Amino acid sequence: MRKRIKLWKIAHSRAGDKGDISNLSLIPYDEKDFNLLKREITAERLKYYFRGIVKGRIERYELPNIHALNFVMYGALSGGVTRNLCLDAHGKTLSFALLNMDIDLDD
Amino acid sequence: MKKVRIATGAGYSGDRIEPAIEVAVKGRINYIIFECLAERTIALAQRQKLLNNEKGFDNLLEARMNAIIPICKQKNIKIITNMGAANPEAAGDKISEIVKALGLEKIKIAVILGDDVSEILWKDPMIKETILDKMDIEKVKNKIISANAYTGVSSIIEALRKGSDIIITGRTADTSLFLAPMIYELGWREDDWNLIGAGIVVAHLMECGGQVTGGYFADPGKKNVQDLARLGFPIAEVYEDGKALITKVPEAGGAVTLQTCKEQLLYEIHDPSAYITPDGIADFTDVTLEDIGKDLVKVTGGKGKPRPENLKVNIGYLDGYIGEGQISYSGPGAFERAKLAAQIVHERFKIIGLNAYEIRTDFIGVNSLYSPLKDEPFTSLNEIRLRIVGRTKNEEEAKKIGDEVESLYTNGPAGGGGVTKMFKDVLAITSSFIPRERVRTKVYLREFEK
Repeated sequence: MRKRIKLWKIAHSRAGDKGDISNLSLIPYDEKDFNLLKREITAERLKYYFRGIVKGRIERYELPNIHALNFVMYGALSGGVTRNLCLDAHGKTLSFALLNMDIDLDD
Repeated sequence: MKKVRIATGAGYSGDRIEPAIEVAVKGRINYIIFECLAERTIALAQRQKLLNNEKGFDNLLEARMNAIIPICKQKNIKIITNMGAANPEAAGDKISEIVKALGLEKIKIAVILGDDVSEILWKDPMIKETILDKMDIEKVKNKIISANAYTGVSSIIEALRKGSDIIITGRTADTSLFLAPMIYELGWREDDWNLIGAGIVVAHLMECGGQVTGGYFADPGKKNVQDLARLGFPIAEVYEDGKALITKVPEAGGAVTLQTCKEQLLYEIHDPSAYITPDGIADFTDVTLEDIGKDLVKVTGGKGKPRPENLKVNIGYLDGYIGEGQISYSGPGAFERAKLAAQIVHERFKIIGLNAYEIRTDFIGVNSLYSPLKDEPFTSLNEIRLRIVGRTKNEEEAKKIGDEVESLYTNGPAGGGGVTKMFKDVLAITSSFIPRERVRTKVYLREFEK
């Protein structure tokens, strides 16, 4: 049996912005889930998930030292905070968009 | 082992003032750092300066300094801040006035100038052609407002050596404000890259103030934080060997935990093995965080590589206008009426021949932050707010956007209410690089003796 949960159940995230680039950290509450996140949340999967938002590439960095992932998303802010017409021009709320993603777990 | 205690007094220009007072009074600190410049702040400040040569520094400078200087004088705490923004000289004048009015004895103020590189950019054709690689400067030349290089620790350290009590700068890099007192107090060499890297890691954790003490972190039920209305600002106790403890005043609100530190460590980070600052390139990949007590996290393992040859320059320029209008609908069929309203406004734009680069239509409550990323069944909403926003070349076109939304009152669907409209000019930022040796910062001292 597989069960489906929201990423939000097992991880937290904060978004940062520089120019037209948004970065999202992804940090499991339980360090044991780091490998699960590493396996499930690939840059490719995120690129598909954010396809309507992120125009450029997504790079994933692994930080096993603090059991965290860092996603760097290029072209994520419609030209950057100064000209982005989105209500959230900094893309601050993208962190919880990420946490809204479903993942499948083995029971 | 030598150590220094450094607190954050502000993590952005509009930050709360009480936590700065609290940490100065109760934190047993040696330094308090006010980091008040975001990417666009200095360009906005430069515009104020163009209108009035005595302005162009942080709007809260006076309030902050009035509150903090007497405490710092009494407790022998040094103040370092980039609240000078586009006009550190005028900020220095203002602080001098405050010091005089407070009647304090023996205060040395250092003003650091030299980050404003607009003169160099305009006058040196070589720089214009070879360095400004990211932007065709000729195209925006007449629209440029500001150009400031991110400068490092050297002039702050010089000011500390000369016994300054208050140091005010312009576009000094955020991390440099914190790193300078570490280097000065702990006797680090400016080219001991591993210690510099360790210091940058600590500086990065500190630079956003409350974001490491539980601010911007709470998620009820998942991540609970107590007393955010009285959130405390962070203190870093940094040791000679580069190790640091992050903590806060015990009675202040918030929390310092592994989780708050992890979130802040990765905040605005790209490649964690190469966090570039003017003073060195920090490597976060061996950083270890340890929870060693209540609100006490130990940070070790930061490393570094030599500082970059070029400094980042942020250039602010005028980039057209934005106009916006919003209107709300409620009750049965709210979303359908909002969608009809949007359709009407878009048709109106065609009829009046609106000239816009880009138009965005949001239904606040449904898709204003990002479009739904999953196909979840849409349930009816109690209320919805339509937002139509566009980017235009001039002010006249920008105004039309809000006006068309407003005219939905008497010409649109039933029951629309709460119209707001606005327009503004866009101050955009682009960044480039300049050879380090072209940027010379300088310390100007002002001494007061009663």
